[in-house]
Amino acid sequence: MRAALRIPKLVVYVAGLVPAAWTFYLGLQDRLGPEPIKALEQELGLWSLRFLLLCLLISPLRRAGVDLLRYRRALGLLAFYYAALHLSAYVALDHGFDWTAIGRDILKRPYVTIGMAAFVILVPLAATSNNAAIRRLGAAAWARLHRLVYVAAILAAAHFLLIVKSWPAEPLLYAAATIALLAARALPAARRARTASAS
Amino acid sequence: MLIRHSPDIAPSEITPRSLYLRRREFLAGFGAGLAFAGAAQAAALAAARSAFSTNEPKTPRADVLAYNNFYEFGGRKSDPADNAHTLTTEPWTVRIDGLVAKPADYRLEDLIKPLALEERVYRMRCVEGWSMVIPWIGAPLSEILKRVEPLGSAKYVAFETLVRPEEMPGQKGLLQLLPWPYVEGLRLDEALHPLTILATGLYGETLPNQNGAPLRLVVPWKYGFKGIKSIVRISLTETQPKTSWNIQNPREYGFYSNVNPNVDHPRWSQATERRIGEGGLFAKRRPTLMYNGYADQVASLYSGMDLERYF
Repeated sequence: MRAALRIPKLVVYVAGLVPAAWTFYLGLQDRLGPEPIKALEQELGLWSLRFLLLCLLISPLRRAGVDLLRYRRALGLLAFYYAALHLSAYVALDHGFDWTAIGRDILKRPYVTIGMAAFVILVPLAATSNNAAIRRLGAAAWARLHRLVYVAAILAAAHFLLIVKSWPAEPLLYAAATIALLAARALPAARRARTASAS
Repeated sequence: MLIRHSPDIAPSEITPRSLYLRRREFLAGFGAGLAFAGAAQAAALAAARSAFSTNEPKTPRADVLAYNNFYEFGGRKSDPADNAHTLTTEPWTVRIDGLVAKPADYRLEDLIKPLALEERVYRMRCVEGWSMVIPWIGAPLSEILKRVEPLGSAKYVAFETLVRPEEMPGQKGLLQLLPWPYVEGLRLDEALHPLTILATGLYGETLPNQNGAPLRLVVPWKYGFKGIKSIVRISLTETQPKTSWNIQNPREYGFYSNVNPNVDHPRWSQATERRIGEGGLFAKRRPTLMYNGYADQVASLYSGMDLERYF
């Protein structure tokens, strides 16, 4: 375990961006199947959600005695980078910068609206993911702001559920994981509140 | 004088059925891989080219065979190609019943034999926003319906797909995506329209299992899910039959499901589509055409109807 904790953060960033580079490379090689744009777009979105959930895993892991806190910023920023790449693929490749169609999508399609909202939430979080921002905002205000990540995770999981037909397993599993990770915080918090009021 | 062009040699004459079946046993016995099983299923199918065919570039055969929605075999696009080899399509019986003068259980061979097979290169627009151009082989549904003699009271045609969980993995397990059997329906005039065909093949060969072997419906001006696969029952009815996606989500999928760029799916736009196999990562969307480009032939079927309501 100790060895694992010594991995330099830079390695996490670089390794984290490998799926994006690899998927884009496969796309250029025409190896992403019959609908390559959709495949790339979905893969980028999925990795964003995965990094978001990994971020949410750090606190429960700490309570269980595994401290990976020093990697949380990297995971959070990777989630944002992937969300940005996902959005870029949607704007540039999927819609060819057709801003009218994109604007209509954002206003009229709940799954796009929700996805967009999740991205907008991630922007200030990414912008304040540095020590200077923590100093400027103060630790308490910074922590409050970054609780928005819970909202982003819920929106991202809902975004995934809303684009599929019927109820396939994969988006349901991601939604379940999101709920479980949020519950893992809400339940201990509620217990703490109860014991505090009892004493 | 009408010259009916039919293939001179029936496939059954080239290879006797008994031998053909033995060949399969032979391959199966040696534990042949997926590729071989696929090859064993495909048999050459002769067909005359139809004037209804489009001249647009055809979607590569590999894509037509690899990218399918056939939820009986799983929810991913690759699932049918991966799983459908388990389906046995011989023997195959189609029950034709309801409001017809000659209801019966027809053996597939008997149903198909009198038909003059044609190649119909049709556009196929999926409700999800992608499209293909597929060289189907089949015959007008009207030919079969005429033979069973619909009664005057018949107004609709209902279709049903096979239910066989032991060969269709999507029909068992915890998370099933649709209620089975998959059912579809057409108004009788839609069913009798010359563009509507029952397909038994594509790209010059018998239908691959993942594309709906051995018999599927193709209605090119409607979204792809109306093209019900692996049909075991065709019933003529007086009332509008239930359809699977409408049962699953009536707000999103209507009985008609005609391709219409002006009526969006509640969750996504139907104004454009992406043609499979066209241009890779930097391909542009193309505009979706009214009735999938078949408006000249079929728009009159719906004259005066509110297409927002009857979507």
